[in-house]
Amino acid sequence: MAQRRAIGHAGWGRTIAAAIVAAIYFLPVLIIIMYAFQGRNDILSISARSLGDYLESIFSFTPTLSNFENVFFRANIIQAGEGAAQATETDFPLYFLNSVGIAGISVILALVIGTLAAYGFARFPLRGNDTYMFIILTTRMLPPIVVTIPIFIMFQVTGLAGEYPGIIALYTAFNLAFTVWMMKSFFEELSPDVEDAARMDGSSETRVFFKICLPQVKAGMAATAVFGLILTWNELFFALLLTSNETRTIPPAMVRTLGGEVGADYGLLAAIVTLFLVPVLVVTFVLQNQLLRGVTFGTIKK
Amino acid sequence: MAQGAATDRPVANAAAARRRGSFVERNRGPLLVTPALVTLFVMNIFPLMWSFGLSFYDYRLTRQDLPRFVGLDNYARMLADPSIWESLQTTALIVAGSVGLQMILGFFIAMLFQPIFPGRRILLMLVLAPMMLSYVAVGVFFKLFYNPNFGLISKLIEVFQGTPPNILGDPVGAVLGIIFADAWMWSPFVMLLVLAGLVSVPKYLYEASQIDRATPWRRFWTITFPYVRSLLLLALLFRTIETFKLFDTVYIITEGGPGTATKVIVQYLYRVSFQDFRTGESSAIAYVILFIVIVLTNLYLFMVKRREQEQ
Repeated sequence: MAQRRAIGHAGWGRTIAAAIVAAIYFLPVLIIIMYAFQGRNDILSISARSLGDYLESIFSFTPTLSNFENVFFRANIIQAGEGAAQATETDFPLYFLNSVGIAGISVILALVIGTLAAYGFARFPLRGNDTYMFIILTTRMLPPIVVTIPIFIMFQVTGLAGEYPGIIALYTAFNLAFTVWMMKSFFEELSPDVEDAARMDGSSETRVFFKICLPQVKAGMAATAVFGLILTWNELFFALLLTSNETRTIPPAMVRTLGGEVGADYGLLAAIVTLFLVPVLVVTFVLQNQLLRGVTFGTIKK
Repeated sequence: MAQGAATDRPVANAAAARRRGSFVERNRGPLLVTPALVTLFVMNIFPLMWSFGLSFYDYRLTRQDLPRFVGLDNYARMLADPSIWESLQTTALIVAGSVGLQMILGFFIAMLFQPIFPGRRILLMLVLAPMMLSYVAVGVFFKLFYNPNFGLISKLIEVFQGTPPNILGDPVGAVLGIIFADAWMWSPFVMLLVLAGLVSVPKYLYEASQIDRATPWRRFWTITFPYVRSLLLLALLFRTIETFKLFDTVYIITEGGPGTATKVIVQYLYRVSFQDFRTGESSAIAYVILFIVIVLTNLYLFMVKRREQEQ
C-alpha cells in the first residue's frame, strides 16, 4: 500500500458490511414481494418447520401471477373470518380504481392550490406569515383522529360521508399542508434577482410566475406530487371512517380481509403492496436528492 | 405628466406599482394564499373549533338527544379516568422504546454509509425500503411474521428458545412487537437525516485531523458530531411527534391488546370516539393531544430555524 486511502472512500469491506445491514432491512420487504408471486397454498403450507426449511419454502415455489389477476380482474374472492357472519365481500379492482382516482385527484388539486399559496408565502409575505406556516404544519402533524370527530358529524349532516367529494376534499386539505411547506422550500431557493430583472423588463407578475418561477421548480413539483401520492395512497384512518362500500380505498379494504388468520389472503395483499412499492422504490432511487425534503414534509432541505 | 413618467420607467419600483395598481396587484399575497387557507379552514381549523365546543357538552353521536352543556365535566371525567393515564404511559413507553431504537440504529447505519464505497447507492435504497411501505402493509405482514405457527420472527426466536413464542399473546411481547415493527420501519428515516449531516462535514477538516494524528474518537467528537447534532435533535423531535400518533400498526397488529397492553393514546381515543361514541368526552381528549402536538411542533420548528441560522 503506497498511499493511505483517500478520506471518505472505503473499499469492498465496507460494501460487505453495508450489504449485511441492507439484507436484514430488506428481508421482510423481499418476503412480501415473494408472497405476491405465490399461490395461496404455498404461503399457508409453511407451518411447523425449522427456520431453514421455512426460509427455503419462502424462496422456492412455482411463481404464479394469479394474485395480480385477482387485484385487477376478480371481485368477491375473499371470505374473511371463520364464520359466515364475518364473511366479507371484496372488490379489489374497484378499490384499486378508487385509490388511484381519489389519491390522484386530491394530489393534483393540492398541487395547484398549494403551489400558488407557497409562491405567495415565499414571495409576498403577509403579516404573520410564520404563524400561518406554523398552523399549516400543525394540521399535518396532528393525529387525524383529532379532527375526525367533527368531520364525521359534518359529513353525516351534509351527506358527504361515504361519497367521493368528501374524502377527496379531506385528502386535498391534508396534502395541501404538505405541498405548501414543500413548495415554499423550493421557491425560497430561487434567486429573486432573476424575477426582479424580468419585472424591470416589463413582464407582468403572471408572466414572472409562469415563465420564470414555475419552470425552475418543475422537478420540485414532481417530487411533491410523488411524496403526496405516497402519503395519500397509504392513508388508513380517514378511509376507514369516511368511505363506504363503493368508495372504499385499498388500505381499509386490506384491513377488512384480516378477520381471521387463515382467512386472510396474504398473496393478494402482498400483490397490492408490491404493485405500489416497486414504482415507489424506483422513484425513490431517482429522487434521492429530494428524499430528505419529502419525508420531513419540506421542513428540512439539506 | 404622471403617465409620461410611468412609460419612461415601466415598473421600476414594485412597491410603488403595487400601491397604484389594481386590486389584484395590491393584494397579490393574500389572493395567492386564500384558496389554500380556505380549504384548510373548512377541513381542519373549523372542525377543530367545533370539537373544542363539543368538549364542553354531553353529547353522543349515536343518540338523538340534543347536546347538553356540562362545562368542564368532560375534562374532569377524563382526568379522573385511570385508563387514559394508562394509555399515556403505554404511549410514552412505546415512543421511548421505538424512537430510542430508531436513533441508535439510524445513527450507526448512517456512519456505515458515510464513505463512498462500491454499491453504496443501491444498498442505500434497500435500507430505505421499509420507510416506503405503508403502515397497513407493515401491520399486516408483521402480524403474520409474529404468528406462532408460520411467522418468520417467531421461527427466528424458536431457534434460540426451542419453542415457538406467542409474541402477541404476551403483554410484554406485544409491546416489544410494536416497538420492533415501528423501529424497523422508521430507523431509515433517522439514518437519512444523520447521513445528510455527515455528508455536510467539509473534507478538509478530516484531512487536517489526519495530519494532526487525532484519534478517531476525538475526530468524531470534535469534527463529525457538531455537524450531526442538530439533525439528530430534529430527527428525535420529528419521530417523537409521529410515533406519538401511532395508530395504524397498533390497530392492525394488536388492536391495543392483549388486554390493554398496547392501547396507545390514539387507540384509546378511537375507542372512546367510534366504539363507545362518547363524543363530548372524546373531543376533550382530542384537545389534550392537540396541545401536546402543538408544543412539540413549536419546538421542532424552533430547532429547524436555529439550524438554518447556524449554516
